[in-house]
Amino acid sequence: MATASYKQILLKPIVDNNPITLQILGICSALAVTSKMATALVMSIALTLVTAFSSFFISFLRNHTPANIRIIVQMTIISSLVIVVDQVLKAYAYGLSKELSVFVGLIITNCIVLGRAEAFAMKNPPIPSFLDGIGNGLGYSLILMLVATVRELLGSGSLFGHTILTPVTEGGWFVPVGLMLMPPSAFFVIGLIIWAIRSLKPEQVEKHEFQIHQVHRTEVV
Amino acid sequence: MSEPNASKNKDGLRQTLLVAVLLSLACSVVVATAAVGLRPLQQANKQREIQTKVLEVAGVLDPDEDVAEQFRRLVEPRLVDLRSGRFADDFDPARFDLRKAVRDPALSDPLPPDQDLADIKRRERYTVIYLVKDTEGRLRRVVLPVRGYGLWSTMWGFIALEPDLNTVAGITFYEHGETPGLGGEIANPRWQALWQGKRLYNGASEPRLRVVKGRVEEGAPDAAYKVDGLAGATLTSKGVDNMIRFWFGPMGYQRLLANLREQLNA
Repeated sequence: MATASYKQILLKPIVDNNPITLQILGICSALAVTSKMATALVMSIALTLVTAFSSFFISFLRNHTPANIRIIVQMTIISSLVIVVDQVLKAYAYGLSKELSVFVGLIITNCIVLGRAEAFAMKNPPIPSFLDGIGNGLGYSLILMLVATVRELLGSGSLFGHTILTPVTEGGWFVPVGLMLMPPSAFFVIGLIIWAIRSLKPEQVEKHEFQIHQVHRTEVV
Repeated sequence: MSEPNASKNKDGLRQTLLVAVLLSLACSVVVATAAVGLRPLQQANKQREIQTKVLEVAGVLDPDEDVAEQFRRLVEPRLVDLRSGRFADDFDPARFDLRKAVRDPALSDPLPPDQDLADIKRRERYTVIYLVKDTEGRLRRVVLPVRGYGLWSTMWGFIALEPDLNTVAGITFYEHGETPGLGGEIANPRWQALWQGKRLYNGASEPRLRVVKGRVEEGAPDAAYKVDGLAGATLTSKGVDNMIRFWFGPMGYQRLLANLREQLNA
Protein backbone atom coordinates (compact mmCIF):
# COMPACT_ATOMS: atom_id res chain seq x y z
CA MET A 1 0.00 0.00 0.00
CA ALA A 2 2.73 2.43 0.97
CA THR A 3 4.35 2.25 -2.42
CA ALA A 4 1.12 2.64 -4.37
CA SER A 5 1.08 5.77 -6.48
CA TYR A 6 -1.73 8.31 -6.24
CA LYS A 7 -2.89 7.29 -9.68
CA GLN A 8 -3.14 3.67 -8.63
CA ILE A 9 -4.99 4.56 -5.43
CA LEU A 10 -7.47 6.57 -7.46
CA LEU A 11 -7.98 4.17 -10.37
CA LYS A 12 -7.69 0.71 -8.79
CA PRO A 13 -11.10 0.72 -7.07
CA ILE A 14 -12.89 1.57 -10.32
CA VAL A 15 -12.65 -1.91 -11.86
CA ASP A 16 -9.81 -3.92 -10.30
CA ASN A 17 -10.93 -3.45 -6.70
CA ASN A 18 -14.47 -2.25 -7.24
CA PRO A 19 -16.32 -1.78 -3.94
CA ILE A 20 -19.55 -3.32 -5.24
CA THR A 21 -18.45 -6.08 -7.60
CA LEU A 22 -15.30 -7.18 -5.83
CA GLN A 23 -15.57 -6.03 -2.21
CA ILE A 24 -19.38 -6.59 -2.34
CA LEU A 25 -20.04 -3.52 -0.21
CA GLY A 26 -22.84 -0.99 -0.54
CA ILE A 27 -25.27 -3.34 -2.25
CA CYS A 28 -28.33 -2.06 -0.39
CA SER A 29 -28.34 1.43 -1.84
CA ALA A 30 -27.36 0.02 -5.23
CA LEU A 31 -30.71 -1.80 -5.18
CA ALA A 32 -32.74 1.08 -3.87
CA VAL A 33 -31.84 4.08 -5.97
CA THR A 34 -31.11 2.62 -9.39
CA SER A 35 -34.58 2.56 -10.96
CA LYS A 36 -33.85 6.00 -12.43
CA MET A 37 -30.56 7.38 -13.73
CA ALA A 38 -31.06 10.85 -12.25
CA THR A 39 -31.43 9.55 -8.69
CA ALA A 40 -28.55 7.12 -9.20
CA LEU A 41 -26.32 9.98 -10.37
CA VAL A 42 -27.14 12.19 -7.38
CA MET A 43 -26.60 9.26 -5.03
CA SER A 44 -23.24 8.51 -6.72
CA ILE A 45 -22.06 12.09 -6.33
CA ALA A 46 -23.25 12.26 -2.73
CA LEU A 47 -21.56 8.99 -1.78
CA THR A 48 -18.32 9.87 -3.57
CA LEU A 49 -18.09 13.20 -1.76
CA VAL A 50 -18.93 11.68 1.61
CA THR A 51 -16.42 8.83 1.22
CA ALA A 52 -13.67 11.18 0.06
CA PHE A 53 -14.13 13.82 2.74
CA SER A 54 -14.79 11.40 5.59
CA SER A 55 -11.64 9.45 4.66
CA PHE A 56 -9.76 12.74 4.56
CA PHE A 57 -10.87 13.91 8.00
CA ILE A 58 -10.59 10.46 9.59
CA SER A 59 -7.07 10.12 8.24
CA PHE A 60 -6.26 13.63 9.42
CA LEU A 61 -7.26 12.70 12.96
CA ARG A 62 -5.95 9.12 12.85
CA ASN A 63 -2.90 9.77 15.04
CA HIS A 64 -5.00 11.48 17.70
CA THR A 65 -7.96 9.12 17.68
CA PRO A 66 -8.04 6.84 20.75
CA ALA A 67 -8.46 3.23 19.60
CA ASN A 68 -11.34 2.54 21.97
CA ILE A 69 -13.60 5.24 20.51
CA ARG A 70 -12.29 5.12 16.97
CA ILE A 71 -15.49 3.72 15.39
CA ILE A 72 -17.57 6.36 17.17
CA VAL A 73 -15.21 9.07 15.96
CA GLN A 74 -15.50 7.73 12.40
CA MET A 75 -19.28 7.50 12.57
CA THR A 76 -19.58 11.04 13.96
CA ILE A 77 -17.52 12.44 11.12
CA ILE A 78 -19.42 10.41 8.51
CA SER A 79 -22.84 11.28 9.94
CA SER A 80 -22.05 14.98 10.06
CA LEU A 81 -20.97 14.96 6.43
CA VAL A 82 -24.06 13.00 5.38
CA ILE A 83 -26.37 15.42 7.20
CA VAL A 84 -24.67 18.34 5.46
CA VAL A 85 -25.07 16.62 2.06
CA ASP A 86 -28.74 15.87 2.83
CA GLN A 87 -29.40 19.48 3.83
CA VAL A 88 -27.66 20.80 0.71
CA LEU A 89 -29.71 18.48 -1.52
CA LYS A 90 -32.94 19.58 0.16
CA ALA A 91 -31.98 23.18 -0.51
CA TYR A 92 -30.65 22.92 -4.06
CA ALA A 93 -32.11 19.72 -5.58
CA TYR A 94 -35.43 19.41 -3.80
CA GLY A 95 -37.18 17.11 -6.28
CA LEU A 96 -34.32 14.62 -6.37
CA SER A 97 -33.82 14.71 -2.63
CA LYS A 98 -37.48 13.74 -2.24
CA GLU A 99 -37.02 10.75 -4.53
CA LEU A 100 -33.89 9.68 -2.71
CA SER A 101 -35.75 10.16 0.60
CA VAL A 102 -34.09 8.09 3.31
CA PHE A 103 -31.31 6.76 1.13
CA VAL A 104 -29.15 9.86 1.46
CA GLY A 105 -29.38 9.49 5.23
CA LEU A 106 -28.51 5.83 4.86
CA ILE A 107 -25.14 6.72 3.33
CA ILE A 108 -24.13 6.81 7.01
CA THR A 109 -24.57 3.06 7.15
CA ASN A 110 -23.16 2.43 3.68
CA CYS A 111 -20.46 -0.14 4.17
CA ILE A 112 -18.18 1.50 1.62
CA VAL A 113 -17.71 4.64 3.71
CA LEU A 114 -16.90 2.90 6.99
CA GLY A 115 -15.09 0.14 5.13
CA ARG A 116 -12.66 2.58 3.52
CA ALA A 117 -12.28 4.51 6.78
CA GLU A 118 -11.18 1.39 8.64
CA ALA A 119 -9.26 -0.30 5.85
CA PHE A 120 -7.47 2.69 4.37
CA ALA A 121 -7.93 6.06 6.05
CA MET A 122 -6.82 4.87 9.52
CA LYS A 123 -3.48 3.73 8.08
CA ASN A 124 -2.69 6.30 5.40
CA PRO A 125 -2.08 10.05 5.21
CA PRO A 126 -4.97 12.41 4.33
CA ILE A 127 -4.25 12.99 0.62
CA PRO A 128 -4.06 9.30 -0.40
CA SER A 129 -7.11 8.64 1.80
CA PHE A 130 -9.01 11.36 -0.01
CA LEU A 131 -8.05 9.85 -3.37
CA ASP A 132 -8.97 6.38 -2.14
CA GLY A 133 -12.38 7.76 -1.19
CA ILE A 134 -12.84 9.36 -4.60
CA GLY A 135 -11.71 6.16 -6.33
CA ASN A 136 -14.07 3.94 -4.38
CA GLY A 137 -16.85 6.48 -4.88
CA LEU A 138 -16.23 6.36 -8.62
CA GLY A 139 -16.20 2.57 -8.59
CA TYR A 140 -19.55 2.62 -6.79
CA SER A 141 -20.83 5.28 -9.21
CA LEU A 142 -19.80 3.26 -12.25
CA ILE A 143 -21.81 0.23 -11.15
CA LEU A 144 -24.77 2.37 -10.06
CA MET A 145 -24.92 4.13 -13.40
CA LEU A 146 -24.62 0.84 -15.32
CA VAL A 147 -27.42 -0.73 -13.29
CA ALA A 148 -29.57 2.40 -13.57
CA THR A 149 -29.08 2.54 -17.35
CA VAL A 150 -30.33 -1.02 -17.74
CA ARG A 151 -33.18 -0.60 -15.26
CA GLU A 152 -34.49 2.73 -16.53
CA LEU A 153 -34.21 1.75 -20.19
CA LEU A 154 -35.97 -1.61 -19.77
CA GLY A 155 -38.29 -0.55 -16.94
CA SER A 156 -39.51 2.81 -18.20
CA GLY A 157 -38.14 3.02 -21.75
CA SER A 158 -36.23 6.20 -20.95
CA LEU A 159 -32.76 7.47 -20.02
CA PHE A 160 -32.44 10.40 -17.59
CA GLY A 161 -36.21 10.83 -18.02
CA HIS A 162 -35.99 11.25 -21.81
CA THR A 163 -38.11 8.69 -23.61
CA ILE A 164 -36.00 6.39 -25.80
CA LEU A 165 -38.42 3.49 -26.31
CA THR A 166 -42.01 4.77 -26.28
CA PRO A 167 -44.01 2.52 -23.92
CA VAL A 168 -47.39 1.03 -24.91
CA THR A 169 -49.14 3.19 -22.28
CA GLU A 170 -47.94 6.30 -24.13
CA GLY A 171 -48.96 4.96 -27.51
CA GLY A 172 -45.68 3.28 -28.52
CA TRP A 173 -44.68 -0.35 -29.03
CA PHE A 174 -42.42 -0.97 -26.04
CA VAL A 175 -43.78 -3.10 -23.20
CA PRO A 176 -41.88 -2.01 -20.07
CA VAL A 177 -40.39 -4.77 -17.95
CA GLY A 178 -42.09 -4.12 -14.62
CA LEU A 179 -39.56 -6.28 -12.77
CA MET A 180 -36.83 -3.78 -13.67
CA LEU A 181 -38.53 -1.13 -11.54
CA MET A 182 -38.43 -3.37 -8.50
CA PRO A 183 -35.33 -3.45 -6.28
CA PRO A 184 -34.60 -7.20 -6.74
CA SER A 185 -33.87 -6.67 -10.44
CA ALA A 186 -30.71 -4.84 -9.42
CA PHE A 187 -29.44 -8.15 -8.01
CA PHE A 188 -29.72 -9.74 -11.44
CA VAL A 189 -28.05 -6.79 -13.15
CA ILE A 190 -25.23 -6.59 -10.60
CA GLY A 191 -24.81 -10.37 -10.86
CA LEU A 192 -24.46 -10.10 -14.63
CA ILE A 193 -21.95 -7.25 -14.28
CA ILE A 194 -19.87 -9.29 -11.82
CA TRP A 195 -19.97 -12.25 -14.22
CA ALA A 196 -18.87 -10.02 -17.10
CA ILE A 197 -16.02 -8.44 -15.13
CA ARG A 198 -14.76 -11.79 -13.87
CA SER A 199 -14.92 -13.30 -17.34
CA LEU A 200 -12.75 -10.45 -18.63
CA LYS A 201 -10.48 -10.43 -15.58
CA PRO A 202 -10.24 -14.05 -14.40
CA GLU A 203 -7.69 -13.03 -11.76
CA GLN A 204 -10.57 -11.51 -9.77
CA VAL A 205 -12.07 -14.95 -9.32
CA GLU A 206 -8.82 -16.38 -8.00
CA LYS A 207 -7.97 -13.50 -5.75
CA HIS A 208 -11.44 -13.40 -4.28
CA GLU A 209 -10.70 -14.85 -0.84
CA PHE A 210 -7.47 -12.99 -0.51
CA GLN A 211 -9.10 -9.67 -1.39
CA ILE A 212 -11.90 -10.15 1.07
CA HIS A 213 -9.31 -10.82 3.75
CA GLN A 214 -7.43 -7.70 2.78
CA VAL A 215 -10.32 -5.41 3.67
CA HIS A 216 -11.39 -7.35 6.75
CA ARG A 217 -12.87 -4.94 9.26
CA THR A 218 -11.56 -6.53 12.41
CA GLU A 219 -8.03 -6.31 11.12
CA VAL A 220 -5.99 -4.19 13.52
CA VAL A 221 -2.55 -2.80 12.79
CA MET B 1 2.93 15.86 16.69
CA SER B 2 5.16 12.97 15.69
CA GLU B 3 3.61 9.57 15.34
CA PRO B 4 5.33 7.46 18.07
CA ASN B 5 4.73 10.23 20.60
CA ALA B 6 1.07 10.49 19.66
CA SER B 7 0.41 6.76 19.79
CA LYS B 8 1.93 6.52 23.27
CA ASN B 9 -0.61 8.72 25.06
CA LYS B 10 -3.51 8.85 22.61
CA ASP B 11 -5.37 6.03 24.34
CA GLY B 12 -5.42 7.67 27.76
CA LEU B 13 -8.65 8.75 29.43
CA ARG B 14 -7.80 12.45 29.08
CA GLN B 15 -7.12 12.15 25.40
CA THR B 16 -10.26 10.06 24.87
CA LEU B 17 -12.48 12.62 26.58
CA LEU B 18 -10.73 15.51 24.86
CA VAL B 19 -11.16 14.01 21.38
CA ALA B 20 -14.78 13.06 22.07
CA VAL B 21 -15.73 16.53 23.32
CA LEU B 22 -13.85 18.50 20.65
CA LEU B 23 -15.09 16.31 17.82
CA SER B 24 -18.70 16.51 19.03
CA LEU B 25 -18.45 20.29 19.29
CA ALA B 26 -16.91 20.69 15.85
CA CYS B 27 -19.42 18.37 14.20
CA SER B 28 -22.43 19.92 15.90
CA VAL B 29 -21.32 23.37 14.76
CA VAL B 30 -20.98 22.12 11.16
CA VAL B 31 -24.35 20.34 11.20
CA ALA B 32 -26.17 23.21 12.89
CA THR B 33 -24.72 25.74 10.47
CA ALA B 34 -25.84 23.71 7.48
CA ALA B 35 -29.32 23.11 8.89
CA VAL B 36 -29.97 26.70 9.95
CA GLY B 37 -28.24 28.34 7.00
CA LEU B 38 -30.11 26.32 4.39
CA ARG B 39 -33.53 26.35 6.04
CA PRO B 40 -34.92 29.40 4.18
CA LEU B 41 -34.04 27.79 0.83
CA GLN B 42 -35.58 24.47 1.85
CA GLN B 43 -38.79 26.10 2.98
CA ALA B 44 -39.00 28.10 -0.24
CA ASN B 45 -38.63 24.79 -2.13
CA LYS B 46 -41.46 23.18 -0.20
CA GLN B 47 -43.70 26.17 -0.72
CA ARG B 48 -42.92 26.33 -4.43
CA GLU B 49 -43.78 22.65 -4.80
CA ILE B 50 -47.21 23.11 -3.20
CA GLN B 51 -47.86 26.25 -5.25
CA THR B 52 -46.86 24.51 -8.47
CA LYS B 53 -49.12 21.54 -7.73
CA VAL B 54 -52.10 23.78 -6.90
CA LEU B 55 -51.71 25.75 -10.13
CA GLU B 56 -51.12 22.56 -12.10
CA VAL B 57 -54.15 20.67 -10.78
CA ALA B 58 -56.31 23.74 -11.39
CA GLY B 59 -55.09 23.69 -14.98
CA VAL B 60 -53.80 27.26 -14.93
CA LEU B 61 -50.04 26.73 -14.59
CA ASP B 62 -48.05 28.78 -17.09
CA PRO B 63 -44.59 27.18 -17.17
CA ASP B 64 -42.98 30.37 -18.49
CA GLU B 65 -44.09 32.55 -15.60
CA ASP B 66 -42.70 32.66 -12.07
CA VAL B 67 -44.73 30.24 -9.90
CA ALA B 68 -44.86 32.45 -6.81
CA GLU B 69 -46.03 35.41 -8.90
CA GLN B 70 -48.80 33.40 -10.61
CA PHE B 71 -49.87 31.95 -7.29
CA ARG B 72 -50.05 35.40 -5.70
CA ARG B 73 -52.09 36.75 -8.61
CA LEU B 74 -54.55 33.87 -9.15
CA VAL B 75 -54.87 31.91 -5.94
CA GLU B 76 -56.54 32.80 -2.68
CA PRO B 77 -55.67 30.32 0.10
CA ARG B 78 -58.43 30.10 2.69
CA LEU B 79 -58.41 28.50 6.11
CA VAL B 80 -61.35 26.13 6.60
CA ASP B 81 -62.73 24.70 9.82
CA LEU B 82 -63.49 21.11 8.78
CA ARG B 83 -65.86 20.51 11.70
CA SER B 84 -68.24 23.33 10.75
CA GLY B 85 -67.38 23.38 7.07
CA ARG B 86 -66.93 27.14 7.11
CA PHE B 87 -64.09 29.55 6.41
CA ALA B 88 -62.13 30.47 9.52
CA ASP B 89 -59.75 33.30 10.31
CA ASP B 90 -58.14 31.83 13.42
CA PHE B 91 -54.69 32.05 11.86
CA ASP B 92 -52.91 32.94 8.66
CA PRO B 93 -53.30 30.18 6.00
CA ALA B 94 -49.76 30.92 4.79
CA ARG B 95 -48.44 29.63 8.12
CA PHE B 96 -50.47 26.42 8.06
CA ASP B 97 -48.54 23.19 7.68
CA LEU B 98 -50.86 20.25 7.02
CA ARG B 99 -48.27 17.65 7.91
CA LYS B 100 -47.55 19.24 11.28
CA ALA B 101 -51.28 19.74 11.94
CA VAL B 102 -51.97 16.05 11.37
CA ARG B 103 -49.42 15.11 14.02
CA ASP B 104 -50.45 17.83 16.51
CA PRO B 105 -53.13 16.72 19.03
CA ALA B 106 -54.22 20.35 19.36
CA LEU B 107 -54.88 20.65 15.62
CA SER B 108 -56.21 17.22 14.71
CA ASP B 109 -58.47 14.48 16.09
CA PRO B 110 -58.11 10.72 15.93
CA LEU B 111 -60.63 9.09 13.61
CA PRO B 112 -62.67 6.16 14.93
CA PRO B 113 -62.00 3.10 12.73
CA ASP B 114 -65.55 2.96 11.36
CA GLN B 115 -65.24 6.51 10.02
CA ASP B 116 -61.64 6.26 8.87
CA LEU B 117 -62.45 5.17 5.33
CA ALA B 118 -59.19 6.45 3.86
CA ASP B 119 -57.09 4.87 6.64
CA ILE B 120 -55.43 8.16 7.62
CA LYS B 121 -55.78 7.71 11.42
CA ARG B 122 -56.15 11.44 12.23
CA ARG B 123 -58.12 14.26 10.64
CA GLU B 124 -56.97 17.86 10.90
CA ARG B 125 -59.42 20.39 12.45
CA TYR B 126 -58.39 23.11 10.08
CA THR B 127 -57.14 22.85 6.56
CA VAL B 128 -56.25 25.25 3.79
CA ILE B 129 -58.12 25.16 0.50
CA TYR B 130 -57.25 27.20 -2.55
CA LEU B 131 -59.70 29.34 -4.48
CA VAL B 132 -58.31 29.81 -7.97
CA LYS B 133 -59.59 32.93 -9.74
CA ASP B 134 -59.40 34.04 -13.35
CA THR B 135 -57.89 37.42 -14.24
CA GLU B 136 -61.24 39.17 -13.63
CA GLY B 137 -61.41 37.73 -10.12
CA ARG B 138 -64.19 35.22 -10.80
CA LEU B 139 -63.95 31.80 -9.16
CA ARG B 140 -62.49 29.34 -11.61
CA ARG B 141 -61.47 26.31 -9.58
CA VAL B 142 -61.54 25.13 -5.98
CA VAL B 143 -58.50 23.07 -5.01
CA LEU B 144 -58.89 20.73 -2.03
CA PRO B 145 -56.11 18.77 -0.31
CA VAL B 146 -56.81 15.03 -0.07
CA ARG B 147 -54.91 12.01 1.16
CA GLY B 148 -55.49 8.31 1.64
CA TYR B 149 -53.61 5.12 2.27
CA GLY B 150 -52.81 3.04 -0.80
CA LEU B 151 -50.91 -0.24 -0.77
CA TRP B 152 -47.68 0.91 0.93
CA SER B 153 -48.04 4.54 1.74
CA THR B 154 -50.21 7.54 2.35
CA MET B 155 -50.84 9.27 -0.97
CA TRP B 156 -50.92 13.07 -0.63
CA GLY B 157 -52.61 15.04 -3.34
CA PHE B 158 -55.02 17.70 -4.50
CA ILE B 159 -58.36 17.59 -6.29
CA ALA B 160 -59.55 20.60 -8.27
CA LEU B 161 -63.29 21.20 -8.74
CA GLU B 162 -65.13 23.33 -11.27
CA PRO B 163 -67.18 26.25 -9.84
CA ASP B 164 -70.26 23.97 -9.79
CA LEU B 165 -68.42 22.14 -6.96
CA ASN B 166 -69.45 18.82 -8.43
CA THR B 167 -67.30 18.37 -11.54
CA VAL B 168 -63.69 17.24 -11.15
CA ALA B 169 -61.27 19.51 -12.99
CA GLY B 170 -58.14 17.62 -12.06
CA ILE B 171 -56.34 15.39 -9.58
CA THR B 172 -52.70 15.19 -8.66
CA PHE B 173 -50.47 13.51 -6.10
CA TYR B 174 -47.39 15.22 -4.76
CA GLU B 175 -46.18 12.43 -2.55
CA HIS B 176 -46.71 8.68 -2.49
CA GLY B 177 -44.71 5.49 -2.06
CA GLU B 178 -46.70 3.16 -4.30
CA THR B 179 -45.02 0.52 -6.47
CA PRO B 180 -43.27 2.12 -9.45
CA GLY B 181 -44.92 1.18 -12.74
CA LEU B 182 -48.07 -0.18 -11.04
CA GLY B 183 -49.62 1.86 -8.20
CA GLY B 184 -47.07 4.56 -8.92
CA GLU B 185 -49.05 5.29 -12.09
CA ILE B 186 -51.35 7.49 -9.94
CA ALA B 187 -48.74 10.14 -10.72
CA ASN B 188 -49.08 9.54 -14.47
CA PRO B 189 -50.66 12.60 -16.16
CA ARG B 190 -52.48 10.29 -18.60
CA TRP B 191 -54.36 8.57 -15.81
CA GLN B 192 -54.93 11.85 -13.98
CA ALA B 193 -56.47 13.27 -17.17
CA LEU B 194 -59.19 10.58 -17.01
CA TRP B 195 -60.61 12.36 -13.97
CA GLN B 196 -61.43 15.56 -15.82
CA GLY B 197 -65.17 16.02 -16.19
CA LYS B 198 -66.13 13.26 -13.74
CA ARG B 199 -68.95 14.07 -11.31
CA LEU B 200 -68.75 13.65 -7.54
CA TYR B 201 -72.35 13.74 -6.36
CA ASN B 202 -75.61 12.67 -7.96
CA GLY B 203 -78.21 14.53 -5.91
CA ALA B 204 -77.59 12.55 -2.72
CA SER B 205 -75.10 13.78 -0.15
CA GLU B 206 -72.93 10.67 -0.36
CA PRO B 207 -70.29 10.86 -3.07
CA ARG B 208 -71.14 8.73 -6.09
CA LEU B 209 -67.77 8.85 -7.87
CA ARG B 210 -65.95 5.51 -7.74
CA VAL B 211 -62.71 4.07 -9.03
CA VAL B 212 -63.69 0.86 -10.81
CA LYS B 213 -61.81 -2.18 -12.04
CA GLY B 214 -61.00 -2.11 -15.73
CA ARG B 215 -61.99 0.38 -18.35
CA VAL B 216 -65.08 2.59 -18.16
CA GLU B 217 -67.24 2.41 -21.30
CA GLU B 218 -67.42 5.84 -22.85
CA GLY B 219 -71.19 5.90 -23.51
CA ALA B 220 -72.35 4.04 -20.37
CA PRO B 221 -75.11 5.85 -18.46
CA ASP B 222 -73.05 6.36 -15.29
CA ALA B 223 -69.67 6.85 -17.00
CA ALA B 224 -69.44 10.30 -15.42
CA TYR B 225 -69.33 8.68 -11.98
CA LYS B 226 -66.64 6.11 -12.73
CA VAL B 227 -62.88 6.33 -13.23
CA ASP B 228 -60.71 3.51 -14.64
CA GLY B 229 -58.78 1.68 -11.98
CA LEU B 230 -55.07 1.13 -12.52
CA ALA B 231 -54.11 -2.18 -14.13
CA GLY B 232 -52.12 -4.35 -11.74
CA ALA B 233 -52.72 -2.00 -8.82
CA THR B 234 -55.99 -3.12 -7.28
CA LEU B 235 -55.12 -1.99 -3.76
CA THR B 236 -53.80 1.40 -4.81
CA SER B 237 -56.97 1.96 -6.87
CA LYS B 238 -59.01 0.88 -3.88
CA GLY B 239 -57.06 3.39 -1.77
CA VAL B 240 -57.88 6.21 -4.17
CA ASP B 241 -61.52 5.12 -4.15
CA ASN B 242 -61.58 5.16 -0.34
CA MET B 243 -59.90 8.55 -0.37
CA ILE B 244 -62.69 10.00 -2.54
CA ARG B 245 -65.40 8.43 -0.37
CA PHE B 246 -63.82 9.84 2.79
CA TRP B 247 -62.96 13.36 1.65
CA PHE B 248 -66.26 14.00 -0.09
CA GLY B 249 -68.29 12.30 2.63
CA PRO B 250 -69.54 13.70 5.95
CA MET B 251 -66.11 13.64 7.63
CA GLY B 252 -64.50 15.42 4.71
CA TYR B 253 -65.57 18.37 2.59
CA GLN B 254 -69.27 17.56 2.29
CA ARG B 255 -70.35 20.33 4.68
CA LEU B 256 -67.90 22.83 3.26
CA LEU B 257 -69.06 22.19 -0.29
CA ALA B 258 -72.73 22.56 0.73
CA ASN B 259 -71.95 25.89 2.43
CA LEU B 260 -69.90 27.08 -0.51
CA ARG B 261 -72.65 26.16 -2.95
CA GLU B 262 -75.13 28.22 -0.94
CA GLN B 263 -72.72 31.17 -0.92
CA LEU B 264 -72.14 30.96 -4.66
CA ASN B 265 -75.86 30.74 -5.45
CA ALA B 266 -76.76 33.61 -3.13
